[in-house]
Formats: sequence, structure tokens, C-alpha cells
Amino acid sequence: MELVQTGMAGTVESSDIMVTLEPRETGGIAISLSSSVMQQFGKQIEQVIRQTLAELGVSHASVDAVDKGALDCTVRARVYAAAYRAASSEAYDWGAM
Amino acid sequence: MMFVPGNNPGMIKDAGIYGADSIMFDLEDSVSIAEKDAARFLVYQALRTLDFGAKEIVVRINDLESGLGIRDLEAIVRAGVHIVRLPKTDSAQDVVDCEQEIVRIEREAGIPEGRTGMMAAIESANGVLNAKEIAFSSDRLIGIALGAEDYVTDLKTTRSDGTELLFARCMILNAARAAGIDALDTVFADVNDEAGFLEEVKLIKKLGFDGKSIINPRQIEPLHKAFMPSEADLEKARAIMEAIAEAEARGSGVASLKGKMIDRPVVLRAQRMLALADVDGAGEV
Amino acid sequence: MRDIKEIYADIPHIEDISQHGVYQSKRTKATETFAVRTQARNKVAADLKEAIRNSGLRDGMTISFHHHFRNGDNVVNMVVETLAEMGFKNLTMAASSLSGVHAPLIEHIKNGVITHIETSGLRGELAEQVSRGLMDFPVVFRSHGGRGAAIESRDIHIDVAFLGAPSCDPFGNANGYSRSEEQTISCGSLGYARPDARNAGHVIIITNHIDAFPNAPYAIPSNYVDSVVLVDNIGDPKGIMSGATRYTTNPKELVIAKAAADVIRASGYLYDGFSMQMGSGGASLATARFIRQMMLQEGFRCRFALGGITGQIVSMHEEGLIDRILDVQSFDLIAAESLLKNRFHQQIDSCYYASYLRTAAVNQLDFVVLSALEIDTDYNINVLTGSDGVIRGAVGGHPDTAAGASLSVVVAPLTRGRIPSIVNRVNTVVTPGSTVDVVVTDQGIAVHPDRTDVQAKLAEAGIRLSTIQELKERAESIVGIPDPIRYKDKIVGVVLYRDNTVIDVIRQIDEDE
Repeated sequence: MELVQTGMAGTVESSDIMVTLEPRETGGIAISLSSSVMQQFGKQIEQVIRQTLAELGVSHASVDAVDKGALDCTVRARVYAAAYRAASSEAYDWGAM
Repeated sequence: MMFVPGNNPGMIKDAGIYGADSIMFDLEDSVSIAEKDAARFLVYQALRTLDFGAKEIVVRINDLESGLGIRDLEAIVRAGVHIVRLPKTDSAQDVVDCEQEIVRIEREAGIPEGRTGMMAAIESANGVLNAKEIAFSSDRLIGIALGAEDYVTDLKTTRSDGTELLFARCMILNAARAAGIDALDTVFADVNDEAGFLEEVKLIKKLGFDGKSIINPRQIEPLHKAFMPSEADLEKARAIMEAIAEAEARGSGVASLKGKMIDRPVVLRAQRMLALADVDGAGEV
Repeated sequence: MRDIKEIYADIPHIEDISQHGVYQSKRTKATETFAVRTQARNKVAADLKEAIRNSGLRDGMTISFHHHFRNGDNVVNMVVETLAEMGFKNLTMAASSLSGVHAPLIEHIKNGVITHIETSGLRGELAEQVSRGLMDFPVVFRSHGGRGAAIESRDIHIDVAFLGAPSCDPFGNANGYSRSEEQTISCGSLGYARPDARNAGHVIIITNHIDAFPNAPYAIPSNYVDSVVLVDNIGDPKGIMSGATRYTTNPKELVIAKAAADVIRASGYLYDGFSMQMGSGGASLATARFIRQMMLQEGFRCRFALGGITGQIVSMHEEGLIDRILDVQSFDLIAAESLLKNRFHQQIDSCYYASYLRTAAVNQLDFVVLSALEIDTDYNINVLTGSDGVIRGAVGGHPDTAAGASLSVVVAPLTRGRIPSIVNRVNTVVTPGSTVDVVVTDQGIAVHPDRTDVQAKLAEAGIRLSTIQELKERAESIVGIPDPIRYKDKIVGVVLYRDNTVIDVIRQIDEDE
């Protein structure tokens, strides 16, 4: 998937995560995460973001994530939504998720 | 049936704990047009990941005409939703159109055909008049429901004491009963008006509805209580079932209780009552 | 009359009867009117500094405060500021509790005025700084009963008590409210201040309202009081208490509260003449509402309600469902007003409430409903440190009531956001699992394995039970398994159990990358 613009999804309400994706040419995935549960779940959230982007075939992007205690399934959903928005695409591939 | 906004992760996470018989994740009215895609991803992920126990999982999709409904179906049928709730059903054709899409997606995704159930919400004067055809339009249909907010607007009135909904409720109820499916009542929006809510619940129970849509978990207990048969009713129902069992054991086709013959409808009502009491008991924490 | 001096030596056993010698006649009694006398000769000091000078306070001594003004308190900050100005150093602060409003203490800890803190709880910026290693001497956390016992047994020797009071007379009869016509601030019960007044070497009442002698009824009698200081501002009424504690409308808390009430009824502790204590947290307070419905249904009355008292308890008292209220702390204005107008609403002190040294009121409890931040699979409870290891709570009466009540019910949501409430091991043990009977969450109920009697009764009533292990696993299946909190070696807090034995320590959090 090719990102063409900034894509944002999610909110800063409790149990949600706001994910902002910026396309870039090189440098892989750079994640800047702040979380209300940083000590306990920071690493896991980063890992879920990376894994979801890999599934989507996004190899270069800077990710800004503000987490308020979102579950893994919410993190995945918000990354998906942000990525499709950043790719300006509606060609959803539900079978692959 | 408890409504849960489809773009609210906190409410989705806790949806299973309140003892509702079924949970309806909403992609329609509670989600703004700009967030339809995000809500769809969220409900999809939630359905695939979270454990809601033995609850019936319903998703209200957007109507097909908006173009959003198809996308909703693509996601949630694949995620294994139990029931698709179709909004703004005006005719039998609306149900047939939706069913065709479901069949196609089930085939594409390798899901056993027919696994996804449907429920149609009727929200217009036209829909109410077509209630019978709608109720008979598909084998997948497990029930029809009234959506009162749009309906009263269509009628050029507003919601008040229920007089304005009487015709629609009776139409929908009769159509559902004729087709042998469930009839579900509309939501009661003012969560803090407990007395008003109970009034309405009493009315729809009297009319014969099977259940009601609710928007706040606090409405579950009073609703269950109102629909819960009394201990005296239950005792009578148990006695009826015992008499039937006895008659069967005797090889007799005719059962009687206290000298009165038991008709088939009486048996059916007793069975329904016992099933209801059982469900309610199991739903408690 | 014979001169007593002559026969004094002949009185048998005189050395055992009196060692004060013979009466000497002289005329010294006051003859002014009462009105003149209370003006001319009383205990009112010119200002706080004079009262402090007269108290004999020296560097290294222990001062005490109560927390009935909660987050509206101005007494602690005002006194410590004054002590700093006067050049005092190395003082021990023995407060019944401290709140977010006490953040200015940080400065006075840094400049050496306060070097040691004893409290039930810490919150806000002060708590965060302590968790980051602000103090060398660990903060000592005690329960309300434990503090009362420590003061009575002189584990804590208070040199000077600075006790804020919304009403006082010129001789020191002090109270948390007033029956006089004039409006004053109200905090209701002064339960946590009374052991200090009784046992401190020197007692200073700080008030914004001096009433005529005798300020009756009083929580603190004048014979315990050495001086009275009148100031403009003892605290902000808005922070001292809310108008009325409201029942929660949070559906999850209601699910928990309903389940907790069902557990209490099924376990046999709800009967005509029972006793209870309800926490002020959302779910524990809401339990009272369901208990009330059950009482109305069954025609039961409660003999007494204990503890921190809220308007909900008062309204059950006023509708005849609760016979007596024992109030160590009034949580809202309705409770404070009830103390003033309801004669069976009794103010009690923290020793009477919960001291382990004698049979306290907590020992008469049928059940208590308590909140928790964390519960572990051994049923230990943490109410003191957050999931990030930072201090943000108070021991309160938690361990006292759990130990005293026949049935202790701990309520908590299974998860808070992404944080599980049921864990392998709590960050800080405040209440030991050996005193906890039932854990009620929104997704299941677990009974301590030692309470087979309760298990059997709940099973009989058709209440589905889980093991605590199952609840822990259910929480983990939802939120995942959190990484452990990282601590440094430094001990920043010591938690004492209610008998003042050491039950746990709190370490400095490690925030290094």
C-alpha cells in the first residue's frame, strides 16, 4: 500500500488511540508513542502498530500515536483506518485482515 | 437488544457485561459520515477478537442506497456477525437486495451459506404498510423491528404517549406473528425517565412484542423484570408442562389441568414463559 | 477549729493519701462576670506565631494535623509556612492524611523544615515527588485505626497538634460544625482529630469562627486545648466537602453494586438488625442503594451504619431504615447537617472506630463494602499505589474494616481502561488477603477459599462463582499481560498494618529509559 497523504484515525478518549500516519520515502517505520499505560503496554502497542503496517505492506512511514488504554484490536482498527485514509484508498481487502 | 455506538472502543469493550440478550453494534445513526470507515474497521476487529460469550451479536449497517451498506456487509459478514440489522426497510425488495449481497459475500469468504441472519427495521409509513411482505421476504429474517424516530417524522408528528405509534406497532406485530418471526419495539431515548420507560415497556408487553431495543445498560434490568413472568405464572406454566408430560406418558393426546382441557396455544405460551425465565436467570452476573 | 498543721503528722498512712501537704488559705478566685472573664482571660493567642512560641516546639519534634478539610485544607500549608518563617527544622509531620492541596510541602521538605511524614495517604504532586525519591526518611503509611492506636500507645508521640476547627470558643471547645446562628464552614465529624487532642503534649486549635463559651456540642473539649488561634481562612468549603455525594449512573458500577448486594443477601449477613459500612467509591456506595431496596422488600432495619458517612446513609436513617449512625468522617454536607440535627447520628473518634487495642466499632460490623485499585490471586488488596507504581491513594480504614467485619466485600471493575484489576501480585499490600472474603467484579465473583460457608450459601442462591485465578485470566484475555513496573532500590514508603507491624514497602519508581 502506498501512502500519499497524512492519514489520521481514532480519538483521545479513554480506551481509544489516535493514530497519525505520515508518508515518507525511506527510513522504515518510525513510531512516536505516548500512552497512559506506557510502562505496562508501550512495547506491545508499538509491536501491534508495526505488525499491522507490515500486513498492509507499508514499509516507510512516521507514526504518531496517542494512546489512552486502547486494546490491541482497537490499535489495529485505528492503524487500518489511518492507513487507508493516508493511501486515499477505499479498496478494502477484508479477507487479508 | 442493546445499542452500542460502533466508533466507541470503550463501550464496545464493555458491551458484554450488562446482561443484554443481544448486542447491536451500530454503524448507522451513531456514526458521523466522516467516521464510517473507522467504525467499520473497529467493529470488524472487535467481532473478530473480543469474546462476548453466548450473546447474539447484531450489527446495524447503513442502508444500501447510501453506498455504505455494501461496504459494511463486506466487513461484518466476513467477521462472522450473527444478525445483520437492515435500517430503513421500505419494501420486501430492500430485504431481498441485502440478502443477495450477503449470499455473495458468504460464498466469496467460504462461509456456510445461510449462516448470517437478518433483521429488518421499519422506519417509514411505506415500510409499515408493507410490513407483511417484508416479514415474509426472506428465510434469513429472524425478526422485524420498529424504528420510531424516522417514522414519526414521516408521519409529521412527534413521539408522545405512544398513541402515535399504535398503528405501526400493531402492523409490525401482526406481520411478525403471521410470518412466525420476532417483533422488536423501538428505543426509549430518555434514559433518566425511568417511569416513562416502564410505562412503554408495559404497553409493548401487553401488545405482544418479544423485546425492545435499548440505548443504555441501565434499561436492561427494568426491561427484563417487566418481561419476566411472575412466580405464579411460572408455577402455572410448570404445571401445564407436567400435565402434558403425564398425558404423553399415558399415551393420551388430550391433557387437562384442574378439569380444563389444555389447548395447544396454552402449551406454547407456557413453553415460551419458561424459556424466558431461564434466559433471564442465566443472564445475571 | 484545731489547726490541721498540728495533727498532720499523726494521720495514719498520710504518705499514701496525699503528698501535697496542708491547705494554705488565700483569696485568689476571679470575681469579674463570666462575660468579662471570657474576654479578659482565655486561651486565644494573638496570632499563630505567638501560639507556636508558647507551645515549646523545638527542632526535631513531631507536629500533627487532621484531614477533615480534605482537598480544601489551608491549615497544614499555613502552619508549615509559618514554621518555616520562624526557622524550625527537622520536624516530623504526623497527619491523619494529606491531599493534592498539600503540594507546597514539597518546598518545605526540600528546605529541611519537614524531614519525616506519617500519613494515611498521599495524592497529587507531593505523592508523585515522594515516589520519585523526594525524602530520605520513608513516608510511614498507617490505617486510621493503626494511627489511633499508635498515638494512644505513644508509638507516635505528638508534641504539638495543630487542629483546624470550623467552630471553637475562647477556651478551646472545638467542633466540626456549629449550632450557633452565624454561618461558618462545616466539616461534620472531627473524628480523626480527637486522638491527637487527647494525647498531644500541646494542642492548638486553629479556627475561623469563635463562638461564646461553651461551644456545645463539641468534638474536642477545652480541657485538652492549650491555645486557640483565630485566622481568616482555615479552608475552602468547596474543597472540604461536596454538597451531596451522588449515586453513580455509571452502568458498570451499577452492575458491580447489584452483584455485591446480591452476595451480601445470599451470604446471610442481611437480616433484621444488621450492621454495615459502605465505602464512598462509586460502586461501593451504589451497593447501599440496592441494599436499601432489599431492606424495604424484606422489612429489615439496620442497627447501625459506620464509617465515613454520606448523604445516602443519612437519608436511610431519616426514612427509618438505619437506627444509629457512627460517624468518624462526614463525606458531604448532608452528613454534616445530619450530625447537627439527628440525635442518633453520633460523632466518634478513630480509636473508637478502629483501634486494634480494644474492641472497636469495626468489630461489630456484619459487612463492609470496599473499593480496590488492585486485587491479587492471594486476595491481597492495594488501595495506595497506582498501576504505574506511583503513590496515589490512602490506606484509610480499609484494613481495619476488612479485619473487623464478618463479611468483607471488595468491589472493582475487572479492568480499568487497559489496566487489569486482578493481578498475580499487587504492587503494594495494604489489606492482607487473610481478611478479605469476597471479590466482586463486573465479570465475575470470587470467594476466598477459606470461606467455604459463604461459597456454599452463594452457590445455594444460584450465584455463579469464579476462582480468583479465573478472574485474573479473564482480565488478561481482554487487556493482555502488562509489563512489570520498574522500581529502584530506594524505599520511599513503609506500609504498616493496623497493628503497626510492617506489611509492605513502596520503592522509588524507575523512569530511566
